[in-house]
Amino acid sequence: MIVLLKRDLALATRAGGGFGLAVAFFLILCAMVPFGVGPETSALRPIAPGILWVGALLSCLLSLDRIFALDYEDGSLDLLATAPIPLEGVTALKALAHWITTGLPLIAAAPVFGILLHLPGQATGWLIASLLIGTPALSMLGAFGAAITVGLRRGGLLLSLLVLPLYIPTLIFGTEIIRRGAEGGDPTTPILFLAGITAGVMALVPFAAAAALRVNLR
Amino acid sequence: MSIWEYANPVKFMRVSGAVLPWLVIAAAVCTIGGIAWGFLTPEDYKQGSTVKIVFLHVPAAMMAINIWVMMLIASLIWLIRRHHVSALAAKAAAPVGAVMTLIALATGAIWGQPMWGTWWEWDPRLTSFLILLLFYIGYIALWSAIEDADSAADLTGVLCLVGSVFALLSRYAVLFWNQGLHQGASLSVAPGERMSEVYRYPLYLSMLGFLLLFLVLVLVRTRTEIRRRRLAALQAREMRA
Repeated sequence: MIVLLKRDLALATRAGGGFGLAVAFFLILCAMVPFGVGPETSALRPIAPGILWVGALLSCLLSLDRIFALDYEDGSLDLLATAPIPLEGVTALKALAHWITTGLPLIAAAPVFGILLHLPGQATGWLIASLLIGTPALSMLGAFGAAITVGLRRGGLLLSLLVLPLYIPTLIFGTEIIRRGAEGGDPTTPILFLAGITAGVMALVPFAAAAALRVNLR
Repeated sequence: MSIWEYANPVKFMRVSGAVLPWLVIAAAVCTIGGIAWGFLTPEDYKQGSTVKIVFLHVPAAMMAINIWVMMLIASLIWLIRRHHVSALAAKAAAPVGAVMTLIALATGAIWGQPMWGTWWEWDPRLTSFLILLLFYIGYIALWSAIEDADSAADLTGVLCLVGSVFALLSRYAVLFWNQGLHQGASLSVAPGERMSEVYRYPLYLSMLGFLLLFLVLVLVRTRTEIRRRRLAALQAREMRA
């Protein structure tokens, strides 16, 4: 399993565009918002948590279709399905690789973009914490969507349509953490909810994703 | 004699064909009767004549949720017991459910404009219905995107299961996110919160009417799907011959 993870990471880094693209998209999105709503701190500060989370979510979406597509095309997914490790494990690992190549760079970049959007200083910690807790769920749900649409020729748009509604609870609790943190409130409740969602997603969604993959490999 | 016998398409076609005309009549009588009766009710002391949209709004909203539950059950039956009729019924129900959700949202907006002074408010109930509509759209889009019929049934079934969990999760997450403007349950049994009887009985009738209407639409659409499936099988056989 570790070999598989290493292989996926190596493929993602060497193919190019894995690490950089999502962060670049995130940057563009955060840079576009002030042009849209105006540069005043009073306008940007209240919407900064939401913009940062929506931006992270959309950047995450960009690279989802690559989770299984390449392996599906060259047939290595069939080999993985017949390999001794369970397909559920494979999907979880693929999601983990996606998180390391997309989620982690986003989290690292988010504080800088927070400054661009005038996010209050004391909220930066909560921003990082909420993204750390929430983005694994995004990757795992994305892997599920990718598993469903892997056999389709133009699955990209459909993938977004299927996955985005699944992201709503994560988005709600993620932004709530930052908002409460920024106002100096107590964000424990949303943190627990978000952690619960992520834990549940990590535990259950690999089974759904593996079931979808089996159908597509039939 | 068990209910699973109707999973046989031939038997399903025979029974549904016999029942359908009666269902159509019953649905027409209840829906038209319920709404017409609703129009004859006296005006509400606070809301005036706008209250009469309730006879469309509440049944549509109720069916929007119930149809998703029916799709969930049908998907489970397909995934567990592999009855084709079940998968086709789920497929047939989805557009009906999406339209019911749209009706609920649209009538709600029309009602909300004079009463709340706004077409749209990010109220938990309204937001949940919008999310439900997104789930319906995704489900329908997935059905139409996959060519192989059995894979499509499998994948949409899995999507329906995961979607149900997340639709429910979103419902409560949204409750956490914003407190609402919408009233509570329309048919609460608690005294004092109940609707007046003048409104309640026509409402029951139109709810029954919408339920029957849904049954009619699903049966017709399922029969169409079965016929389409048969046609495809015949054409495939002809191609081979």
